[in-house]
Amino acid sequence: MSAIWNFLCQPDVLAVERLLAFLVGIAAFVGVNAAYLVWVERKTAAYVQRRPGPMEVGPQGLLQPIADAVKLMSKQVLVPPGTDALLFRIAPVLIMTPAIMCFTALPYAPGIVPANINVGLLTFFAFGSINVMALMLGGWASRNKYAVISSARVVSQNVAYEIPMLLTIVTVIMMTGTMNLSEIVGQQAGAIWHWNIFQLHRNLLMPVTFLIFYICMLAETNRAPFDMAEAESELVAGAFTEYAGMGFGVFFMAEYANIVVGCSLATILFLGGWQVPFLAIPASWGPWAGALIGLTAFFAKLYALIFTVIWIRWTFPRTQFYGLLNLSWKILIPVSLLTLLLSSVLIKLPHLF
Amino acid sequence: MKVLSKEEALASPHSTGGPNETFVLNLGPQHPATHGVLRVKLTMDGEFITNAEPVCGYIHRMHEKMGENRTYSQFLPNTSRLDYLSAMQYTHAWVGLVEKACKIEVPQRAEYVRVITSELNRIASHLVGWGAWVMDLGGFTPILYAFDDREKILDLLEHICGARLTFCYYRFGGLVNDVDDVFVQGTKDFIPYMRDRMKTYKKLVTENIILRKRIEGIGPVSQEMCLRYGACGPVLRGSGFKSDVRINEPYSAYKDFDYEIPVYHEGDSMARYLVRMDEIEQSLRIIEQALAKLPEGPFINPKVPRSIKLPAGDYTYATEAARGRFMIRVVSDGKDVPYRVKLRTPCLSNLSLFEEASKGMLLADALAFMGSLDLVIPDIDR
Repeated sequence: MSAIWNFLCQPDVLAVERLLAFLVGIAAFVGVNAAYLVWVERKTAAYVQRRPGPMEVGPQGLLQPIADAVKLMSKQVLVPPGTDALLFRIAPVLIMTPAIMCFTALPYAPGIVPANINVGLLTFFAFGSINVMALMLGGWASRNKYAVISSARVVSQNVAYEIPMLLTIVTVIMMTGTMNLSEIVGQQAGAIWHWNIFQLHRNLLMPVTFLIFYICMLAETNRAPFDMAEAESELVAGAFTEYAGMGFGVFFMAEYANIVVGCSLATILFLGGWQVPFLAIPASWGPWAGALIGLTAFFAKLYALIFTVIWIRWTFPRTQFYGLLNLSWKILIPVSLLTLLLSSVLIKLPHLF
Repeated sequence: MKVLSKEEALASPHSTGGPNETFVLNLGPQHPATHGVLRVKLTMDGEFITNAEPVCGYIHRMHEKMGENRTYSQFLPNTSRLDYLSAMQYTHAWVGLVEKACKIEVPQRAEYVRVITSELNRIASHLVGWGAWVMDLGGFTPILYAFDDREKILDLLEHICGARLTFCYYRFGGLVNDVDDVFVQGTKDFIPYMRDRMKTYKKLVTENIILRKRIEGIGPVSQEMCLRYGACGPVLRGSGFKSDVRINEPYSAYKDFDYEIPVYHEGDSMARYLVRMDEIEQSLRIIEQALAKLPEGPFINPKVPRSIKLPAGDYTYATEAARGRFMIRVVSDGKDVPYRVKLRTPCLSNLSLFEEASKGMLLADALAFMGSLDLVIPDIDR
């Protein structure tokens, strides 16, 4: 047992077996997580809307996701005539793979990080940006006018929101001085004001930066109120209109995987990752204790953020498309540039005197 | 690189149709935003609409022809099935027409109950229209709140007439049942409840910045355009024209009550939204007054003949339904079935201005605009 543990907890060793072990674990986590996030989403929606939500399958509808998965898997995967069959089939794979690959760079707890690389953040964005291409391909290959409109929307939306998101990331990188996610979390140890979101002495606008990141994350994952790609009252189901069965199921899973990835990144960059405020885990407790406490803290923060994402979806109406682009180009980009400028000035200021 | 002229570009084998390419998007008959089987043929330039042609007739049920084959009593249930969301006002027009033509006296109590139930129905209808519209705009929660409140109204109406949608509660010369204390008390309790809910909706939806940005200034419809197309109801009142059958051609007991006709001058979707929200408040006012003054007495005129025959002639009767002016015209040749029945429904005239008003709009805006017209598709096709 401890041999396995030691093998898994060597974040600096990039062994293929180790990475594979983590990938299998992550794939299982993503699958179960997506299924149960749907349940959480439906139950939260039901709570917001004063109704019970799924109740029939299992206690409190807990087995509903399994029934849904069985239903989706037993359906025929239709490829409509006239579509580009190769692209049509490849799009769900293309959207799911990068979402899973993003998980490899995430530090979950002290020692538990599949690949502790110095350009973790970069890896993350390299994989995260493929998402939009997959949605575009899926929409384009469907040979459906609604899907094509949706693809066009997805591309311009993601281009518009990647810029302020990266600007906020640059702000964080300037403050932390590293792109290694484990180090970024390590720097936020100790008191709650060591979390990057509360580092007001280094940049007064840090909460604003977090807010911008959060909004961009919502837009990048195509979540309400920015769900332009899947605006069901306008575009039926957007890029997924022609997908049936598990083809749709994979898109659906990828959507939730992307939410988890986005919220994990927000947790790591701004909310201290696996750090518990005012608690330094002594080494004498053993690696298990540290990992367990770290994991609990990480997931508590992560799911609190995910809950807000769901909460927003069931409260606000959808924005208009040009309103969305206006928000990005006219508000978010200038403000994120401002925070970038401010933090760089505040970093350099002590050196001037 | 050689710059191609437009003709050369179009003639090129790689041309996809040229620089002025448009495509036809079939919105409906099965589309989530049309709430029924309305089909709109959209000619699109990118996401901009260059032409929108509504295609009706997918749920045509020949109600007018049915009217020519049925006796006046037999046609009564049909009237609940035109605009199933405001069945009371539609039935009211039919019974009103027959009562006017045959000079049947209606007891005062029946008239008051007709006003109360019609206004309750108007609130229920506006709630559905509001919720469904906000759902079109992507807000999923308000429709469930709206249905929750509508449920209370439907429970009250079910208690007195047994139906929840196609009420058919009115009869020539009165009502099918009298109202009892349970209904009166339930309606009295409903008024403060609904006023409280309206405050919640104002905070949750009306003042929501995203919603305001979506509908303010979207789909401006001028007064002139409304009059040209014969638009009516909240669409007309949202463009600044004070027109309401309840005050223009007072029927039933409406002149006994003190209420206002909400009018907004902007003509955009927000104006239509606010007209409907204000109308709910005004309907509550009418119900409150009618309940306070509800007279005792018979609920139906006992001297109504069993077989109704309209004297030969041409009769019309209009009521203010939730979506606007509903008018029935009957030409009678003195037999027990009408010679001709014409149903003038508000949704058809409100839809007819969609084609002109939606030119140049973005798809999402056009759907927001269509939601503001509050269309009920069976009412368009009849």
